[in-house]
Amino acid sequence: MATTGRTYTIGGTGLPNVERFRWLLGLVVPAALVVIWHLSVTVGIFAPHQLPEPLRVVTTFYGMAVSGELWGHIAITIQRVFLGVIIGVAVGIVFGTLTGYYRLASDLFDPLFQSMKNIPSLAWVPLFLLWFGIGESAKVLLIAVGAFFPVYLNLSTGIAGVSEDLLEVAAVYDLGRIEELRRVILPAALPSLLVGIRGGVGLAWMFVVAAELIAASQGIGFLLSDGRTLSRPDIIIGSILLFAFLGNLSDLGVKEVEKRVVTQ
Amino acid sequence: MSSLNKKQGDTSSDQRPNASDEDALVVRDLTKRYGETVALDGVDLTVSDGEFVSVVGPSGCGKSTLLRVLSGLEERFDGRAAVDGEDVRDGGSDGVGMVFQEPRLLPWADVSENVAVGLPADVDADDPKAATRIDDLIETVGLSGFEDHRPGGLSGGMAQRVSLARGLAYDPAVLLLDEPFSALDQLTKYEQQDNLLDVWEARETTIVLVTHDIEEAAYLSDRVVVLGGQPGRVVETIDVDVARPREQTDDELVAVRERITDALGV
Repeated sequence: MATTGRTYTIGGTGLPNVERFRWLLGLVVPAALVVIWHLSVTVGIFAPHQLPEPLRVVTTFYGMAVSGELWGHIAITIQRVFLGVIIGVAVGIVFGTLTGYYRLASDLFDPLFQSMKNIPSLAWVPLFLLWFGIGESAKVLLIAVGAFFPVYLNLSTGIAGVSEDLLEVAAVYDLGRIEELRRVILPAALPSLLVGIRGGVGLAWMFVVAAELIAASQGIGFLLSDGRTLSRPDIIIGSILLFAFLGNLSDLGVKEVEKRVVTQ
Repeated sequence: MSSLNKKQGDTSSDQRPNASDEDALVVRDLTKRYGETVALDGVDLTVSDGEFVSVVGPSGCGKSTLLRVLSGLEERFDGRAAVDGEDVRDGGSDGVGMVFQEPRLLPWADVSENVAVGLPADVDADDPKAATRIDDLIETVGLSGFEDHRPGGLSGGMAQRVSLARGLAYDPAVLLLDEPFSALDQLTKYEQQDNLLDVWEARETTIVLVTHDIEEAAYLSDRVVVLGGQPGRVVETIDVDVARPREQTDDELVAVRERITDALGV
């Protein structure tokens, strides 16, 4: 007993120091790749008009940041993703709750949504352009479609899977439908909802590229297609990295919320 | 011995021809089937207002099923089951509170919030009086200081006491208890049994306790209904005419325990 206690103490004080810096290991491979990238361009394996040096990408985007051009692109893309996610999540919550809670709603809507979820994002683009023009609403609604499905699917299954034992408690103590939903079902399904929102935000970034590549005069996706038109691989690679960065940032944000809300 | 038991059983209130709708709980010829399986077969049971009745029987005799019918969780059965004269299928179950065999607490809510789930719908949970009532109940079950704890941080016995407090918060016409003390250690069990008796006497609650603990049934009850399995039917009803407060070691209680054991055919 004493021995285990001691071992535990050593582990307890010793491990966190190592654990704290463990995430740095995740940077080793990307850093190595950047070095290889740089070397392969300077040595001449890739032509600069196909793959620019890493530093070229940085200076190009630094220049765009200083001139202010970059921020407009970033801001409009974030705005589209944000609005799309809000709408998609809201509609997803409504339908997810309805179909999870009411058998009839599930019978009516679930087969439709289940078959629609597999439609690729790009397939929607022509239709949305036709319906909503090339304005903001087409893009925001397209993103909303992307954000909707993960939220809907996860919440619906989450609610349908709430423990029968707890529902019986709600029944015995006559909580009533609204209170049962508020106090038992929604808290129980909250983890599923957050998983859905995380997936929804991820898909929103995919859909925003689809929307901006095809019909936009601003945004990171536009920058991407502009880079192709102008034969500027530095802009293309920079835009891709920007998408990766913003996507990760939003994912971290949702994960943080998840961590705070789901503390059991 | 057996015929003597039978005779005494016959004199119990269960067999009264004039059992009226004023009784807290009336069960007549209750039969419950799950598909081909008959869980309960023609069960009769009458519990008067304020009475403490235990139902004992071997596992699988339908004890829990009986409680599920009474609490309105099983709506399909034959026969009659009424609380305060109202059929459990027509809202009679609203007057029934139930402490399940497992604590069944909301894992994301603290102890106070879990007890508050039991508050009747007409009580405003934000009312200071409701808060006092919940604090009182938490104290009653010996969990003062744990109000802010989540169920994940409680032992099984403590969680079950939260569940008991929740049932008491409901202030039901009939409180059903499904082996609520079976997971507690002996000492806590005795404590909680006495707590239950205190609450029962103070609030004049009608209690139906399902247990497989013969000692517990004899010690707590006014009357013990012995179910035999399977299918479950009432084998015998034994009145426990022993003055309260009782001691576990009372000779009379020992005699009652023997009769229950005999009825169970152990």
